[in-house]
Amino acid sequence: MTGLLYLIPVALFMGGIGLAAFIWSLKSGQYDDLEGAAWRILQDDDQPKP
Amino acid sequence: MTLPCCTIDGEVFQPYRLEGEDAARWISTAGPGLSRIEFLVPQANRPEAMARIETDLGAMASVNSARVNLTGRRVAVVYRDAAVTPQALIDRLGILGYMARPFDPRETGLTRDDREAAALLRALAVAGFAAGNVMLLSVSVWSGAEDATRDLFHWLSAMIALPAVAYAGRPFFRSAVSALRLGWVNMDVPISLGVLLAALMSLYETFHGEAHAYFDAAVTLLFFLLAGRYLDHLMRARARSAIAQLVSLSSEGASVIGDDGTRRYVPARDLKAGMRVAVAAGDRLPADGIVREGVSDMDRSLLTGESAPETVRPGATVHAGELSLTAPLTVEITAAGNDTFLSELVRLMSAAEQGQSRYIRIADRLARFYSPAVHTLAAATLAGWLLLGHGWHDAIMAAVAVLIITCPCALGLAVPAVQVVASGRLFRSGIMIKDGAALEKLSAVDTVIFDKTGTLTRGEPSLVAPPAISTETLTLAAGLAQHSRHPLSCALMREAVRRHITPAVPTEVAEHPGLGLSGTFGGETLRLGSRAWCGVGEPDEDQGLLEFAFRRGARAPVIFQFEDSLRPDAAATVTALSAMGLDVHLLSGDRPAAVARVAQAVGIEQAVSRASPQAKLAYVEALGRAGGRVLMVGDGINDAPALAAGYSSMAPATASDIGRTAAQTVWMGQSVAAVAAAVTMGRRAQRIARENFALAVGYNVLAVPLAMAGLVSPLVAAIAMSTSSIIVIANALRARLSPAGPVASPATREAGRVDHAVRRAA
Repeated sequence: MTGLLYLIPVALFMGGIGLAAFIWSLKSGQYDDLEGAAWRILQDDDQPKP
Repeated sequence: MTLPCCTIDGEVFQPYRLEGEDAARWISTAGPGLSRIEFLVPQANRPEAMARIETDLGAMASVNSARVNLTGRRVAVVYRDAAVTPQALIDRLGILGYMARPFDPRETGLTRDDREAAALLRALAVAGFAAGNVMLLSVSVWSGAEDATRDLFHWLSAMIALPAVAYAGRPFFRSAVSALRLGWVNMDVPISLGVLLAALMSLYETFHGEAHAYFDAAVTLLFFLLAGRYLDHLMRARARSAIAQLVSLSSEGASVIGDDGTRRYVPARDLKAGMRVAVAAGDRLPADGIVREGVSDMDRSLLTGESAPETVRPGATVHAGELSLTAPLTVEITAAGNDTFLSELVRLMSAAEQGQSRYIRIADRLARFYSPAVHTLAAATLAGWLLLGHGWHDAIMAAVAVLIITCPCALGLAVPAVQVVASGRLFRSGIMIKDGAALEKLSAVDTVIFDKTGTLTRGEPSLVAPPAISTETLTLAAGLAQHSRHPLSCALMREAVRRHITPAVPTEVAEHPGLGLSGTFGGETLRLGSRAWCGVGEPDEDQGLLEFAFRRGARAPVIFQFEDSLRPDAAATVTALSAMGLDVHLLSGDRPAAVARVAQAVGIEQAVSRASPQAKLAYVEALGRAGGRVLMVGDGINDAPALAAGYSSMAPATASDIGRTAAQTVWMGQSVAAVAAAVTMGRRAQRIARENFALAVGYNVLAVPLAMAGLVSPLVAAIAMSTSSIIVIANALRARLSPAGPVASPATREAGRVDHAVRRAA
C-alpha cells in the first residue's frame, strides 16, 4: 500500500499537466477555426516564404 | 467599359469601398510599422479558397501574413503600413473572385460569444479532469478498498470534486438562481440540486467514514451536461457568425456635397435632413429624400416587390433602399435615421414581434413537468423511508439517490445534440438557422407563404424566347446595352455572352433616362428602350412581361420580352411542400399579371398581388390568428414585417439586410429547394429529439424505483448515467445520415456556368 503514497500524486500531476495543456491550447486560439485546421493539415504549403 | 453587374455565384454584390477616415476604425497595430486588418469573405467557404487566398495574398511583397479562418469565413492580414492600403487588399481579393469587406468583431458581438465559448470549454476541461481522477479513485473503492484506504480515497475525491463542482457548476447554478428569482423552474434547477446534494451528502458521509460517496456521479454529471451546453452554444455562435458575415457588402454611407461643391463621405447614421448627397448609378440610396438633379430609373424591387424599374425626375420622392440604375442623381435628404420609410417598417416589425406569443422550447416544456415530478418523488421517498421506521440518515440517503439518478443528464444532452447535428448538416448545404428554437418551429409549420420577386424568382430579368432573335439584331442591341446599368440591358448582355456574341461598337451612344438608349452604327440610328421611344404602339393586354423595343434606322422595330426568371427548383419545391401537407401561398407587391404568371408556372393556387408591406403583415397575422403556423419566405424590405410576424421565416442570402435580420433562417445559393430541405430537416430533428426524450424518460422509469428502494450504489449510478448519455448522443448522430440540402439541379449548374462566363467577359 505504500506505493499509493507516490502513485496518487503522480496520477494527479499527470492529470494536471493534461488540464494545463488544454487550457494553454484554448488560450492560444487553437479552437478558433476547427474547420480550417482540419483542412490545413492536407495542404502542401510547407515551403517558407521567399 | 465593364459589365455593370458584378455577379458571384449568381449573387449580386457591389464591391466595398473603404473611404479615407472610415478606414482607420478597422485597422489595428501589430508591431512596429505593421498593421492588422480583418475582412469578412463570405465566399471563402471551401478549403481551396483558404489555400488560394493565403498563397496569393502571402506572395504580395508588402504582406507579412494572411490567415483564413474557415469557420468564421474571415481573413486576417498583417501588412506593412507604408507599402499597401487596405483598399488594395480588398481589390486583390476581388480579382481572386472574393468579395471582401472589413470586419470588426466588436460590432457583431462575436467577441462576447467567443469569451462565453472559452469559459464553457474551460469549465468542461476542469470537469473532465475531475471526472477522470475521481473515477480512478472510485474504481479502486468499488474493487474493494476498505477502512483507512477507502477513507483516504474518499477524502482525495472530495478535494478534487468540491472545487471542480464549485467552478464547473457555475453556468447551471447561475441559470437556476435567475429562473427561481423569476418564479419559474427550468431544467437547471433539478441539475443544480442534484449536483450540490450529491457533493454535500458525499462530504458528510466521508466525514463519518461511511462506505458510499457519490463524488464521481457529481462531476461526471457536470461533464456530460457541460458538453450539452457547449454544443448548444456552438450552434448559436456558428449561425450568428454566419449571419454577421452576410451584413451588407455595400458601403454604408453616402457622398455628401458641401455648399462649396466639395464632396466628403458620411456614414449613413450621420446623415441629416437637408444634406445633398450624390448617388452614383448603381448605388443604393442611404436615406429618404427628394431628387434635385438628374433623371434616372430606380429599382424599387426591395421596397415594393415591383420588378419593373420606375423613372424619377427632379422633384420625385425616393426612399432608402432604392437602387439608382441608369444615371447619377443629386438627392436632398428629407428624412434620415428615425423618420425614414425604413424605420416605419422597423416599427411595424417590432410590433409584430411583440405580438408573437413567447415560444417555449421543447426541453423547457418538459422541464415544467419534470422538475416537480422529480422533487415530489424525492420527497415521497424520504417520507416513505421514515414511515417504514428507518432513521433520518437512511431516508435522506435514499431521497438524495433519487435526485442524483433523475438528474436530467440525458435530457440536457437530448435536444442540443440533435440540434447541433441537424443544423450542422443544414449549414453544410448552405442553410443557416439562428438558434434551436427556429429549428423546432420549422418542424411545426403548416402554411408556407412565398414572396415573388427575389424569392421565387431571381429578381433579375432574362430574355424570353431568345432563339427567335437573330444574332445580327442582338449584336447591335447589345452594342447599345453595354453602356447601361438598366436590368434589362444587363439581361441582354447576359444573353449575348451566352451566345458568344461580341457586341457591335456603335458611336454617339447616349442614355436617356426613362426612355432608352440611342446610338449610330453604319450610318443608321439605333434606338433601344421603351415602346414609345422606338415608335411602337402599346399592346392590348398586359402579359406580365417587361419589354424593350429596338429599332434600327427605318426598319420594323423588334420587341424583346423579358421575364423575371424563376429560381431553380421553384416548381419542384412547391410540389414537394404540398406533398408534405403544407398550404402554399404567393404574396407579392407586383402587378397582378406578373404574379399570376409566376403562380401558374410554379403551381400555386392562392396568390395575392399588389400587397403593401402592411397588407403582407395583415395577411400573415390573420392566418396566425386563425391558428395557422406560417412559414414566411421573403427577401425584400417590404417583407420584413411579415417575416417578423411569421411563426417561422426564411430569407435568401441575397435579401435586403433588414429581411435577413428579420428571418430566423437564411439560405445561400440560388435554389429554393432549401425551403423544403429546411422543413424536412426540422421535422426529422424534432422526431429524433422526441425519441431521445423517450429514451431518457424510459431510463428514469427503470432507475427511479431502484433508487427509491435504496438499491442504487454509486457504482450503479455511474453506469446508468453514462450509458443513458451515450445512447442519446448515438441516436442524435442519426440526423447526420438523412439526405438534406438543396440538390444542385441541372438548372443550377447551367446558371452557374453563365455567371462565370459573364464574369470572365467583365
